[in-house]
Amino acid sequence: MSVSPALQHHFDDMQQQSQAAGLGMWLFLATEIMFFGGLFAGYTVYRWRFPAAFADASGHLDVRLGAVNTAVLILSSLTMALAVRAAQRGRRRGLLLFLIVTMALGSVFLGIKASEYEHKLEEGLLPGPGFVYPGPQAGAAELFFGFYFTMTGIHALHMVIGIGVLAILLVPARRGAYSGSYFAPIELAGLYWHFVDIIWIFLFPLLYLLGQGVH
Amino acid sequence: MGEGFPLLPESASTFAAELNLLFGYLTAVSLLFAGLIFTLVVAFAIRFRRRSEGDRPQPREGDLRLEALWTLIPLAIALSFFGWGADLFFRMKSPPADPLEIYVVGKQWMWKVQHQEGPREINELHVPLGQPVKLTMTSEDVIHSFYVPAFRVKQDVLPGRYTTLWFEATRTGEFHLFCAEYCGTEHSLMGGRVVVMSPVDYQIWLGGGRSGESLAEAGARLYDRLGCNSCHDAGPTARGPLLEGLYGSEVALAGGGTAIADEAYLRESIVEPGARVTAGYDEIMPTYAGQISEEGLLQIIAHIRSLGGALSLPGPGEPGGAQPSLRSEPGGGQ
Amino acid sequence: MSGAGGGDRQRGRYEGEVAREHYLNAAYGIRTWLLTTDHKRIALLYLISITLFFFLGGLFAVLIRLELLTPPGDLVQSETYNRLFTMHGLIMIFFFLVPSIPAVFGNFLLPLMIGARDLAFPRLNLASWYVFTVGGLFTLGAVVGGGVDTGWTFYTPYSSTYANSAVILTALGVFITGFSSIMTGINFIVTVHKMRAPGLTWFRLPLFVWAQYATSLIIVLGTPVLAISITLVAVERLFRIGIFDPALGGDPILFQHLFWFYSHPAVYIMVLPAMGVMSEVIACFARKRVFGYAFVAASSLAIAVLGFLVWGHHMFVSGQSLYAGMIFSVLSMLVAIPSAVKVFNWTATLYGGSISLATPMLYALGFIGLFTMGGLTGLFLATLAVDVHVHDTYFVVAHFHYIMVGGAVMGYLAAMHFWWPKMTGRLYPELWGKVSAVILFVGFNLTFFPQFVLGYLGMPRRYHFYPPEFQVLNVLSTAGASILGLGYLIPMVYLIWSLRYGQRAGPDPWRAKGLEWTVPSPPPVHNFEATPRVTEEAYDYAAVLPPAPLPEEGR
Repeated sequence: MSVSPALQHHFDDMQQQSQAAGLGMWLFLATEIMFFGGLFAGYTVYRWRFPAAFADASGHLDVRLGAVNTAVLILSSLTMALAVRAAQRGRRRGLLLFLIVTMALGSVFLGIKASEYEHKLEEGLLPGPGFVYPGPQAGAAELFFGFYFTMTGIHALHMVIGIGVLAILLVPARRGAYSGSYFAPIELAGLYWHFVDIIWIFLFPLLYLLGQGVH
Repeated sequence: MGEGFPLLPESASTFAAELNLLFGYLTAVSLLFAGLIFTLVVAFAIRFRRRSEGDRPQPREGDLRLEALWTLIPLAIALSFFGWGADLFFRMKSPPADPLEIYVVGKQWMWKVQHQEGPREINELHVPLGQPVKLTMTSEDVIHSFYVPAFRVKQDVLPGRYTTLWFEATRTGEFHLFCAEYCGTEHSLMGGRVVVMSPVDYQIWLGGGRSGESLAEAGARLYDRLGCNSCHDAGPTARGPLLEGLYGSEVALAGGGTAIADEAYLRESIVEPGARVTAGYDEIMPTYAGQISEEGLLQIIAHIRSLGGALSLPGPGEPGGAQPSLRSEPGGGQ
Repeated sequence: MSGAGGGDRQRGRYEGEVAREHYLNAAYGIRTWLLTTDHKRIALLYLISITLFFFLGGLFAVLIRLELLTPPGDLVQSETYNRLFTMHGLIMIFFFLVPSIPAVFGNFLLPLMIGARDLAFPRLNLASWYVFTVGGLFTLGAVVGGGVDTGWTFYTPYSSTYANSAVILTALGVFITGFSSIMTGINFIVTVHKMRAPGLTWFRLPLFVWAQYATSLIIVLGTPVLAISITLVAVERLFRIGIFDPALGGDPILFQHLFWFYSHPAVYIMVLPAMGVMSEVIACFARKRVFGYAFVAASSLAIAVLGFLVWGHHMFVSGQSLYAGMIFSVLSMLVAIPSAVKVFNWTATLYGGSISLATPMLYALGFIGLFTMGGLTGLFLATLAVDVHVHDTYFVVAHFHYIMVGGAVMGYLAAMHFWWPKMTGRLYPELWGKVSAVILFVGFNLTFFPQFVLGYLGMPRRYHFYPPEFQVLNVLSTAGASILGLGYLIPMVYLIWSLRYGQRAGPDPWRAKGLEWTVPSPPPVHNFEATPRVTEEAYDYAAVLPPAPLPEEGR
């Protein structure tokens, strides 16, 4: 039985290699959970302290755009899963197609995010010296927007990295490097992508849906 | 303050004597265990030293009873440390009823002390012997810490919040006051002395050099100058809660819930009035954040206290006590 | 013996010996080092980096102790002094202690100890060294650019609003280095799970591996929280949003919770690997299996888990609630127990053994003594009422130096002297090894024991000026520090000397058990000719009669 060209020298067989890679990715995602967890913890503390102000500030976010972005990301997770499936089945064109669509959807997400940011900047809602807020408790509102920008900003950074990783994977994918016997990089990228999606699914209600139904 | 070469700190408060005992207990137990380990290690290293290459070690690899023994005994001892320490700590956090109250404001890099009767001090704190003293403290800038080693008391002093500590001095004399939380360039120079005097001498000291105005009187002046009277004094323009008897009482809040009108609540009501509005009133009070110094806030609070109310707040173990002022102290009450 | 040109003098060759290829001489040139994926070479890259940082941090310590010879702050200005202690702490913790044993000995030994050819992710391993170096360069940049003066703990709002120093640059350096740590942790966990040789069950693993595994769990779960804490400080400095500044609505205590959530487990990151070394060294030089193997292994895991539950014991007087204080205090008592269990088990290992007081063993016995003292004083700090008095005083400084220097650094030096022959193929002069171990032990105690007294007397930490009555103890401490420094310099000299002139070592100069001792010294590039098959328990010393005498001592 021929040895897969992808087998690295320190592993005994492909099964060991792919299991190791999978475990490594899960551990990395655990670190990401702890990383975002710190932000969620801080957000929770201040939300508990200033519920009214946070709800009010949340109302300044565009729920429709946020909802569209949520749908876009969920769809991109679907296409990512389809990409993994295509890789597993050795379908080179399908893999390329789904990878590119996933990247495109990710870019749409980032584009919408960028326009949201631009709008917030125009409204003077970027925390810092230029912050202006029409409602009461401007200090707490500034805290809300501080968390909004930090959390969605770091999330967006993870999206950019994810798109970059997919772009890099296009090269071997185009070469036909992936098939049922070896598709771990696509699978691992998929894990990462789903994780970034899940983070957004937590961010969306926490940031956007606070003010709904309160006023 | 001690000269030469001390090896034990002075003991000048009711806490110090007990803490010396507790520390002594911990030290004795530690010496026992450390001594035991050292002795055993040295003894074994000698007794079982390798005499020849043919040495065959005795193959003892484990003993469940020993494991249980040296798990449970240290656990029991450690829990005894916890028990005594927690009990003393609880008492350190529970000032007795009606202590002598003094306000302290820390800032980079000095301590500003305000006595209720009016005298102010910088980097010095005069207190009477044998009477419980409670300090209510805040910082104007970064975190500091009020530390009097001879009394064995220490409490971090935070911006935007009040923290308290109490003690009862048992010896007259002068004792070090240190800032114990790193706060910038002159952190190690931010200190001075606590001067404990006999009660008679303390009264004399209070009387001499007074500006003639007590803390509450200064607060009343500030209260009028800022126009607080227009909304909070009874009269045709009254729009806010009246303040007579307010201090220490339970306040019903708009939107439900209650709060104790302690120093923290009163301070918050001045700098962040929308946080906890009294039930039945509108959210129209403007904020005075940035317009009144921390000392000024304490003066106003002293004035409000002088208008009647609870003589002292319930302690953490008493009914009505230990309710954290929600907004100001997210970690819990102090 | 010293060849004329570099070309004809190959390592591994001396009079009469046939040259053998191993990981050091398999390829030459700086590129083969900077682009290596061999875990053994990466371990040496780390060794060089952290040694440089150690001496930089040590230099700051020297300046601090010199300043503290006299009560007034007359050697340097206060602003400088505040930067000195901050940078001493940051460098020693993040750029020496946290990487030390894992990145040098974990990297070198883990694959060897489990019968693998490399770690699970060799390229990630190399990347981790580069990330470490980049983080280190940022921090060095901060040092050169004037330094940071917030204390290594970065308390807000001083660090986020008031400090006038290179906070963001330093935070960036620490943030980046944290990733290096995480990469190593992930690598180790996956390696231990997936790459053990056939027959090497979990309970046959050397305890060093258990310790590295537990350490890696802490690294993976804790370090990201530190990353976010200092990110928020940087964001606050840049945008002034008020996360930690009450003047803007924030809460400085939130920072302390986030910071200590990592930084308390961090101390276990620093000491658990040293405990792993202890098990190896004591078993070898008592020629006995570690007493209570399963309990020592379980204790490593218990320390990792409990270590995450006690962070609030750094905050008893912070304004945290009374009840939170009580909970953290009792949990802190619990976390001390597994460490005590280990000390008792090591002591019991000595009983009935065949004990040789070789240099590594001297360091190990020193560790037991000093770690015991450090650990016991930790109980003092966990006791609420006592902590009120000694928090933020030199008592704390003494406590953590007993653990970190008396414990972790001694463990690092024990490892260095134990595995030096394996890593370099050379023996060092045994007499000098013993002498410097004793000098270190004496110098260490003289430096730090007086600090317990200073703390109980009330001398606060981070003090540039201090009252005159504390001078005598400070002078003792500084005198001790000079001896301690000597104890660090001497090994540098003879270890480097041994690279050239030391007697050559065989595969197993100590006659120790463990897979790493079955391969030549230095090991070949791929570690094992064939994957070993493990059939015996760990530390199976009882099964083998010692055959030949030990190599001559001293040289």
